[in-house]
Amino acid sequence: MSAAPVREARPTADTRSVTEPPKRPARAPRKRDERGRLASVALHATLCVASAIAVFPVAWILLTSLKTDRDSWLRPGELGTLGIDNYIQTLGETQFLTWFTNSVIIAGGTTVVAVLIAATAGYAVSRMRFPGHRPLMWLFLVVQMFPFAVLIVPLYNVMSELGLLNSYIGLILTNCTVAVPFSAWMLKGYFDSIPMDIDESGRIDGLSPFGIFWRLIVPLAKPGIAVTVFYSFITAWGEVAFAKVFLQSESMYSLPVGMSTFVSDWSSEWGLLTASSVLVTIPAAAVFFLVQRNLVAGLTAGGVKG
Amino acid sequence: MTMTTSRPDRAASRKPGWLRQSFDKHWYAWVMCTPVLLVLAVLVLYPLGHGIFTSLTDANEFNTGRTIGTNEIPATYEFVGLANYIEILSGADGSFYPRLLWTLTWTVVCVALHFGIGLGLAMLLNRAMRLRTLYRLLLILPWAVPPFVAAFSWRLILNTDGGVLNVLLEGIGLSSVDWLGDPIAARISVILVNVWLGIPFMMIALLGGLQSLPREPYEAAEMDGANAWQRFRAVTLPGLRPVSGTVLLIGTIWTFNQFPVIALLTNGGPGGATDILVTEAYHQAFQGIRNYAGAAAYGAIILSMLVVFASYYKRWLNRNTSEVS
Repeated sequence: MSAAPVREARPTADTRSVTEPPKRPARAPRKRDERGRLASVALHATLCVASAIAVFPVAWILLTSLKTDRDSWLRPGELGTLGIDNYIQTLGETQFLTWFTNSVIIAGGTTVVAVLIAATAGYAVSRMRFPGHRPLMWLFLVVQMFPFAVLIVPLYNVMSELGLLNSYIGLILTNCTVAVPFSAWMLKGYFDSIPMDIDESGRIDGLSPFGIFWRLIVPLAKPGIAVTVFYSFITAWGEVAFAKVFLQSESMYSLPVGMSTFVSDWSSEWGLLTASSVLVTIPAAAVFFLVQRNLVAGLTAGGVKG
Repeated sequence: MTMTTSRPDRAASRKPGWLRQSFDKHWYAWVMCTPVLLVLAVLVLYPLGHGIFTSLTDANEFNTGRTIGTNEIPATYEFVGLANYIEILSGADGSFYPRLLWTLTWTVVCVALHFGIGLGLAMLLNRAMRLRTLYRLLLILPWAVPPFVAAFSWRLILNTDGGVLNVLLEGIGLSSVDWLGDPIAARISVILVNVWLGIPFMMIALLGGLQSLPREPYEAAEMDGANAWQRFRAVTLPGLRPVSGTVLLIGTIWTFNQFPVIALLTNGGPGGATDILVTEAYHQAFQGIRNYAGAAAYGAIILSMLVVFASYYKRWLNRNTSEVS
């Protein structure tokens, strides 16, 4: 199994080179996108297997969460009785909804703050040759390389000095340190791909640099911004290491921290854990589906110019 | 505005001469960068400075200042210079070089698989066919799932007793494997899970790159009788170089620092077999006798290795890209 994804996905180059040349003599001015039946089957088969591998772990969590029998996760072969008992218990008897609200506030706050400040900085670096723009981009790159796990101790001290331990703002700011550098690089690349003429025309119309940014460039950069929104939200939504150390009372826990109490040395409520995992994945997937159309376009511009 | 935008232009010609003129514009630029700088200064640069200072001392759980009840215990740790670095780099602590070797293996294998499979899937998706959007949605799914959920899910799948993978293996007549308990199998498992998690990013970025490639070179190559493999080598790969250069750099850094997968899946076990440098540093700081100074020194070493790698890589990339364009 461990080698399966490799084997399934590798045929990429092979399907092209193996299946295409033999067909060549059949029709001379063949377009690149036309395929023989065999190639078509191979293509769909490969994609189906790859999709199945991509989806399976998620589907497995979903299935396990529906098994009402307490120890049924130990017997994957049998289905047992299915039902939504685990969900009812998760929503009714645990603090799941409190944690959920906390996570929404933290991830939403991180997204808004990170995208706003990354966008202004990215725009400034993309358009204005001010002294220090090069070191700034280097700083972003270096910050992306930070082994954050190692910074938890000094960060903890900073947080307690600022009185931000066990608060939303503290965690939003720490999450920003991860989300902002990537977002700034990404958006800088995207802004680079927007013609300077637009800025010029805005300037002629009498807009301030900030007005140009806010009223002309931001609307045009939606695909790039969508990617950074997605990235920031997903990063903050799944963040564990900081949340575990900085959030100290049970009513302030974010979802990952709270959920990890379901399966610990004292209890193994896999039913609750899988049910809440499914519920946690839903908002992440929702954000993902909202922006997925823009993901390709946004990442390209950032990648090309980054 | 409408008049000027209609003129197609070299998209990102970076010669804002009119901006350079006045101090006002710099002022604007700095105002726009200030929030970022403030956040980074307080939450990254200051802790970094603090960390580097700590790495030059012998700070641990017992000699750092703390407050127990009403008693305040003053810090008693001392400045020890480069002793921590010497101990780590000379191999005296016994774990640095094995961890480094495994970290490099882990990074190279993961990034190669991310890139290879991601590029393969991107090329499959970059053609007209039925169900394309559906495939794309399903294939990006691992990216949309929070990593900790993915880790739980894989633990459930890889579990020795009742893990579905072992049940499948026994079903086809093979013996079950202790996926997270055997050193070799655990290493394969963490790589497998990380590859599963990391492919969508590469795939989407490379798909975007493929879609922005011009068609003409392909047609010219086909005219010249180049087969699919030759077209791939001579047209696709060089055309993708700007995108792949960036995603390989980002991917390498992310994998090198991949904390959650290893921490949640095996927590570095069994016996440290899957500990990469980052998780090793974390364990030094938070497990057993908390060795803050050692952890900080590890952090500084990790960061400097990445900075050196990134600057060489950037230079190499710039040289190669300018040759192409």
